[in-house]
Amino acid sequence: MAPPTALLSLPAGAGTSSITLQLTPPLRYVLRIADTCLIHAQRLAEWCGHGPVLEEDIALTNMALDLLGQARSLLSHAGRLEGQGHDEDQLAFLRDERDYLNLTLVEQPMRRSSAHAPGGDFADTVLRNFLLATWLKTLWTRLAASSDEALAAIAGKAVKEARYHQQHAGDWVLRLGDGTEESAARLRAALDRAWPYTHEMFRRDAVDAAAEAAGLGPGRDALREAWLAEVAAVLAAAKLVLPADTPFLSTGTLGRHSEHMGFILAEMQSLQRQYPGGRW
Amino acid sequence: MSTSAGEWPLWEVFVRPKAGLDHKHCGSLHAPDAKMAVQLAREVYTRRQEGTSVWVVKSSDITASDPGDKGMLFDPMEDKVYRHPTFYELPDSVNHM
Repeated sequence: MAPPTALLSLPAGAGTSSITLQLTPPLRYVLRIADTCLIHAQRLAEWCGHGPVLEEDIALTNMALDLLGQARSLLSHAGRLEGQGHDEDQLAFLRDERDYLNLTLVEQPMRRSSAHAPGGDFADTVLRNFLLATWLKTLWTRLAASSDEALAAIAGKAVKEARYHQQHAGDWVLRLGDGTEESAARLRAALDRAWPYTHEMFRRDAVDAAAEAAGLGPGRDALREAWLAEVAAVLAAAKLVLPADTPFLSTGTLGRHSEHMGFILAEMQSLQRQYPGGRW
Repeated sequence: MSTSAGEWPLWEVFVRPKAGLDHKHCGSLHAPDAKMAVQLAREVYTRRQEGTSVWVVKSSDITASDPGDKGMLFDPMEDKVYRHPTFYELPDSVNHM
């Protein structure tokens, strides 16, 4: 049977081409943070309607919306820094995979949508949210003193949100780690899965050096000490042992992503690609 | 707590809309413990800036009057209008009493 013609005819503007960016070091610096917030928000939002209980479902999506708001502010700012007239929507939805500069950790699946899909469970979500919220809180705190006033203002607002995310996720880490045998085992497994990706959070490169020299913000390596102290304290209280560091280094912040990134982008971009500038 | 296995206890949530006003009962939610109940109350009941402070109390800690006793407890007050301060002559300057 032939498929209905409606399914074959693509709307006007289908296949909207990608935008290409002039990636200067300051733009890369801002996009790394913006994209980390954006993709983490997308992963958290996958829980919408699937949370373990109604209350936590709302909490997870509230946090996703906070992160999306941070991503929007940063992407708008990145558009101004770039000076080619790109707005937040174009930057969020019309780049090619290699032009996204998020930490690889945030693109890893964290909710198994079916028995055949990759992904983890609520423990992965809690643990990752805790590791990232602590990282973002440390980063926002430092960025509040940025020489870039717009970035400092975004950071000043975001740090309150990150503090709450850290507390909420940290409280769950305690409850799962020091809960039942089952919850502790799942949290341990989640920690083992996430830990190798944390290496990238503190990997200093030329972009960090340039940002530091210009007073734009801290190099990632400068965040490690404060981050590790807070993370280690909560993990110890949750009766978890810090995993050993491994030589593995993920490269999302360089635009080289894991196999999961293309799937997220396909889902995120499909609407904007088919209906460019679509509004409702 | 007499909840069925695997179910979190129920908490009553009270929100203070702004400084100077009372905490007002606004609903209930399930949470594993008091601290988490406060966080989840913040998520569920203050999403639109409804509050500046939150109280939670375990629903099982509330002792309520029996609806069956409503007549006995409250109806006798029906004919005691003299308990309302409406028999005083108020000076004109007091408008809202």
